[in-house]
Amino acid sequence: MASKKIRKVAAMNRALARIRQIPFWSWLWFILGALYFILPLYATLNFSLRMERDVIGFKAYIRAFEDPEFLQTFFYSIGLAVMTIIASIILIVPTAYWIRLRLPEARRIVEFITLMPFVVPAIILVFGLIRIYSSPLKIPFTDIILLYPLTTFKFGTNALIVAGYMVLGLPYIYRSVDTGMRTVDVRTLTEAAQSLGAGWFTIIVKIILPNIRAALLSGALLTFAIVIGEVTLASFLAVPAFGPYLFLLGQHRAYEPAALSFASFLMTWVAMGLIQLFTGGQNQVSGAH
Amino acid sequence: MTQTALNPKGASPASDWKKWLGVMPFFLFAILFLVLPSLRLLIGSFTNSEGQFTFANLLQLVQEKSILDAYWLSIRISAATAIGGGIFGFLLAYSVTVGGLPKPLRSALITFSGVASNFAGVPLAFAFIATLGRTGFVTALIKNLFGVNIYTQTDFDLYSFWGLSITYMYFQFPLMVLIMAPALDGLKREWREAAENLGASTTQYWLRVALPVLLPSILGSMILLFGNAFGAYATAYALTGGRLGIITIQIGAQIRGDVLHNPGLGYAMAMGMVVVMTISLIGYSWLQKRSERWLR
Repeated sequence: MASKKIRKVAAMNRALARIRQIPFWSWLWFILGALYFILPLYATLNFSLRMERDVIGFKAYIRAFEDPEFLQTFFYSIGLAVMTIIASIILIVPTAYWIRLRLPEARRIVEFITLMPFVVPAIILVFGLIRIYSSPLKIPFTDIILLYPLTTFKFGTNALIVAGYMVLGLPYIYRSVDTGMRTVDVRTLTEAAQSLGAGWFTIIVKIILPNIRAALLSGALLTFAIVIGEVTLASFLAVPAFGPYLFLLGQHRAYEPAALSFASFLMTWVAMGLIQLFTGGQNQVSGAH
Repeated sequence: MTQTALNPKGASPASDWKKWLGVMPFFLFAILFLVLPSLRLLIGSFTNSEGQFTFANLLQLVQEKSILDAYWLSIRISAATAIGGGIFGFLLAYSVTVGGLPKPLRSALITFSGVASNFAGVPLAFAFIATLGRTGFVTALIKNLFGVNIYTQTDFDLYSFWGLSITYMYFQFPLMVLIMAPALDGLKREWREAAENLGASTTQYWLRVALPVLLPSILGSMILLFGNAFGAYATAYALTGGRLGIITIQIGAQIRGDVLHNPGLGYAMAMGMVVVMTISLIGYSWLQKRSERWLR
């Protein structure tokens, strides 16, 4: 009797467990989330394919990509992104390396600085940059000019916007470089290289950089994703970049902007997919809007 | 003294000082492009048009109704998307971690979240115009399915508070997923087993064990989302063309041309934003520290 009852209860428990194993709520949240993700993309794609009445086709894409201004602004933005990435690596890799090797006491202050871009949003940053660099930079209380206004000539403006983008990307690049260095034994590598007679430049370029290339790539791709469609800095500094172009295009066209929006989504997707590939999804938390 | 003793090479104070040369380029960069611009705004907010020190800008800031309204609107949108995106993002992260969904869905969601949290600005605004604009896909879908035109029969407008909030949610909840998924992984199996052995129901386990452990992490992430939305400019500008007067758009107008007829007031407005962002970052890091007590 007793064992029969126990078996019955056990069977009932098993049945209940099986029902519990179908996670209804989990599926519901997941499907809702998937819809939220996909609907706007589907709507954009759908819209972008309907430039010609009653025909599904890529006309909007062809039109958009054919526009010479698109190519100009797009390559301009790619150029800015590449410059930002190179300059960031030149600035941050030796800094992070030096801190790890010789100057751990600087870690806190440097980390604090790399967090500052979070409290100074792009709009505030560009406000400050314009106010500082649109007039000659003088030594305080004197008339000695250190720097002519950067915003008055092309190279100056480009340098200024690259610096601004470096600031926006700083938290991500610094963190990914620092994480990358944590996984390789910087000290041993350095001592080995030094004992073989390598100088600082050789050590950083030939030893450190190749060893943190996955981290560098993920930081670089994230920077690329931030810079390529960036609007705030580009439009206030009046730089002919892709973001402001897309914005203006949206003011007087309907289908081409949708096509370019979908294309830039795909580009973000590729960048993030590559990061995922390189790092296993470690360095994706960002937010530069 | 102890420092020299600990240093294996027995470095003298002179080389201690030289060590700092290695990080000088970084500090120089930070001063030129981060500290100096911020200082300029800070000083500007305490300076009147004759260049004298004044509190007038700050006083005007808290008296000017249009500015206070802009802050308030920004705060409301940021709070709504932080709470909404936070709850939804948490539920999603829950569903793919401890919620029992198949493993491949988890990596799909994480990758997608990585993309969506970086998908903002002009393309995002255009995507939502194609979705929920007057002739948008979902607008038409609702009309066909339920016979309701959300633009004429309800108060909905994409270029308003709710419209902007729904758009912001697109990058808000994925960010929450990215932060919460590792935190949920940190919940130890033993806690659940211990709770069940002591006779706790699932609800009791969640209310008494899991949520209290996760709460600092959840709140901290929501604060991060708040700051994320508060500083956003491009998406709102592309979506509403500057019609919805959130604080970043007001500051943008002030940069383009002195619309407030007082440059100092513009600086004060910017500093007000920095203060709000700083408070939220401090709140975030404080809560993050608390959450580390249990999770890892």
